[in-house]
Amino acid sequence: MSNTQSLFQQKNDLRHRLGRFTNHGDRFWVAALFGSSLLILILVLMIGWEVWALSAPSRHAFGWAFISPWAKAAWNPALDRFNAWPAIYGSLVTSAIALVLAVPFSIAVAIFLAELAPPLLRTPLNYMVEMLAAVPSVIYGLWGIYLFLPKVVHPIGAALQNTLGVIPGLSTFFGGPIPASGISKLAAALILTIMVTPTIAAVTRDVLLAIPRSQREASLALGATQWETIWKVLLPMGLSGILGAVILGFGRAIGETMAVTMVIGNTSGGGYSVLKPGYTMASIIANEFAEAVSDLHSSALIEIALVLFVVTIILNAISRWLVMRVQRKTMGR
Amino acid sequence: MNGDIFAQVNLPRVYRRRKWVNNIILGLTGLTVILAGIPLVWIVIYVILKGWRVINLDFFIHLPTAMGATGGGVTNAIQGSIVMVIVAAIIAIPLALLIAFYLLYYPQTRLGVAIRFSTDLLSGVPSIVIGIFGYALFVLPFKHFSALAGGLVLAMIMLPVVVRSSEEMLKLVPKELREGSLALGAPEWKTSLSVILVAAMEGVVTGIMLGLARAIGETAPLLFTALGNEHYDVFGYIKQGIATNQSLWEIFHKILAEPTDALPLTLWKYAQQPYPERVEQSWGVALVLMLLVLLLNIGARTWLAWKRRQTHG
Amino acid sequence: MLTQKIEIRNLSVFYKSFRAVNDVTMPVYENKVTAIIGPSGCGKSTLLRSLNRMNDLVPGSHSEGEIILDGENLLDAGVDVVDVRRRVGMVFQRPNPFPMSVYDNIAYGPRLYGVKKKAILDEIVEESLRGAALWDDVKDKLKQSGMALSGGQQQRLCIARAIAIQPEVLLMDEPASALDPIATLRIEELVAQLQERYTIVIVTHNMQEAARVSDYTAFMMMNEQRAGELVEFDETAAIFTTPQDKRTEDYITGRFG
Repeated sequence: MSNTQSLFQQKNDLRHRLGRFTNHGDRFWVAALFGSSLLILILVLMIGWEVWALSAPSRHAFGWAFISPWAKAAWNPALDRFNAWPAIYGSLVTSAIALVLAVPFSIAVAIFLAELAPPLLRTPLNYMVEMLAAVPSVIYGLWGIYLFLPKVVHPIGAALQNTLGVIPGLSTFFGGPIPASGISKLAAALILTIMVTPTIAAVTRDVLLAIPRSQREASLALGATQWETIWKVLLPMGLSGILGAVILGFGRAIGETMAVTMVIGNTSGGGYSVLKPGYTMASIIANEFAEAVSDLHSSALIEIALVLFVVTIILNAISRWLVMRVQRKTMGR
Repeated sequence: MNGDIFAQVNLPRVYRRRKWVNNIILGLTGLTVILAGIPLVWIVIYVILKGWRVINLDFFIHLPTAMGATGGGVTNAIQGSIVMVIVAAIIAIPLALLIAFYLLYYPQTRLGVAIRFSTDLLSGVPSIVIGIFGYALFVLPFKHFSALAGGLVLAMIMLPVVVRSSEEMLKLVPKELREGSLALGAPEWKTSLSVILVAAMEGVVTGIMLGLARAIGETAPLLFTALGNEHYDVFGYIKQGIATNQSLWEIFHKILAEPTDALPLTLWKYAQQPYPERVEQSWGVALVLMLLVLLLNIGARTWLAWKRRQTHG
Repeated sequence: MLTQKIEIRNLSVFYKSFRAVNDVTMPVYENKVTAIIGPSGCGKSTLLRSLNRMNDLVPGSHSEGEIILDGENLLDAGVDVVDVRRRVGMVFQRPNPFPMSVYDNIAYGPRLYGVKKKAILDEIVEESLRGAALWDDVKDKLKQSGMALSGGQQQRLCIARAIAIQPEVLLMDEPASALDPIATLRIEELVAQLQERYTIVIVTHNMQEAARVSDYTAFMMMNEQRAGELVEFDETAAIFTTPQDKRTEDYITGRFG
């Protein structure tokens, strides 16, 4: 009797000790969770810090003139003079054109996917959108150089030159001729259009699908057509979310590197015309950083990375705010 | 109501106009979907047709020949991609899972919010900026480009993708499951790993596959970290190492600390070189890369959909 | 004088191959309230949604038989669904105002049909809100979001929105089931008022409610194949005092469902 009891006690004691050990395990566990989470935070802070610190020579040498459209100095590695405006302009104009084209287009795609596609088509079409987003950037670039540019961009560019290019005020932006290869800011803008469409379309589709069915029924029961329901009820309701999608698309467009580098020509001499080659912020880094001729040159390129990083932070903050607004709207019902 | 509000309205005409607008616009949305599909189909078909012609066994097992010469393969790029993606996976996957668990347990704490914002930010930072950062952190101090540096930046690309999808999947696991396990006296870590993670496994694996697909296709961050190396050959290093009696450490060092090539990097360089042989080969590289990325994507999604259907009847 | 506003003849509704409603024949009388009651899943909502073709929205649904509104079969292929829904309005189980102002919620329908003049819209909004007994509550906050109202007010807003396009028939799908007792009472009072102008069909699972608000009652039940069938149709008083069918009696006395 006493024997079994002591055995039982022993066993109990063992279990107790094991328990304490595993509780210790929990402490390790929480520490691991905390540590790795902290790591990602530190990582992001470090990215900011590195590009800030390493761009110091360039920031001190040029100040705000570095990003000014009116600065006299051009981007000239030979003279160690750097003004990033041509690259900033290239990024802005290509992203802007891409968004202007991609936003209505993607919303239309999203409407079809969320509201119209028959169930049988829905899965393959959703796959199509995912695939468009998944194709690596370099493959878009390769296809761009050898097929898209000569077959599509060049004719469009030539047509633009002959129509808008001859209007006095617009000739600054549409002055030609577009190079025979099609290499130009327009090429970058059109490739970006294709690349951001799946991003914006997928988010917009999810926004539309999140709207309760009762809203559609209310509108249709009043005799609204499907399009009227979409245009007057669903799109206004999803506006914040769709804006968030557009901002996400803008972030993609402005940060997109490889495909753009392959089709934009990489020169700061293209001026304002979209039919001419140029640079974007991302493409100038990709193209010159590995072969930077001086410390100031690489510092200037890192300062461009800093600009991109700051833009990313701003875009993320805006989209976060929009998402919070959507949540408040839908939950505060 | 006093009187007919539609007295001044020609209803049949209004109906006709509205129906027209409806049909035309809805038809147009269908058209945009077809239009959006064109580039995809064009790219896929063309890459297959052009790439198929240059792919043979040599393509996979031989190093590149001199520029302008025919023959040779891209085994350097294939091996480099594999090595760097493995490095990225080893680092990113456990880290991402731990972070996902943190977000699951402490979603509304101040740190939780900050972490989620950082994750979003990291996935939004242009990959070229990650490349510059990788250069500053992993290349500059050691004074040479390496597979390790390339793997580390790819890990940074993978990390947010896996964190986000894993968090979503972990959140779907019913609370009762966790509480049930804890009530039985199982410690938190054991519950997390053997109950929650297992329950969410399919989704987590899908997220990992998507992260791998993303990492394999990335070029920009490798430009200044892996740089490229037409002689990168893991098997060669091992053979040579055994022949000259090198230690395991030395062989490892060779594999991880040399400049390295990768499929997208090779594609980028070959596509823009003036030698037609290399341009032809770039289509072959594109085919391999595209198949890897698309199959990983399709595989991940189809598998998840299939598993879901299985468990939910 | 009793006139038939709608005549349902041998109506069957299918979802793919599943028969949800089987061979229902019944009248709906003008300016009367017709209640459809029955245990859940008996197809009463499906029947109701047939009357303004809302079932069309469910992929794979189709109907057989006839629904004759003023001599026109609503199920005919050539019938304009938009016109059907203008003439036959609907109020749903849960209040579903649009996330826009009270004013815009009500003006939504008339605007669709080409009514654009501010003065006319103003009048419609006021009339509709009065018709839905909501005017006094919201006349000072027409610009406020319809979502900000209480549940009962939201449902009356939805009724106002439905009557703003001057329908002839008003369908109500358990309009009070998501509301508290006081709000329910107000909706029931409202139904009694609306009856003077509209023909009303109301689905309810609450027998007391059917007894209180309706003139006629249809009792439905599932048959062995789980298809909804009409068991009995009569004046409400008759259904509740002298039901002809044993199943009706069982149901209203609470021995079933």
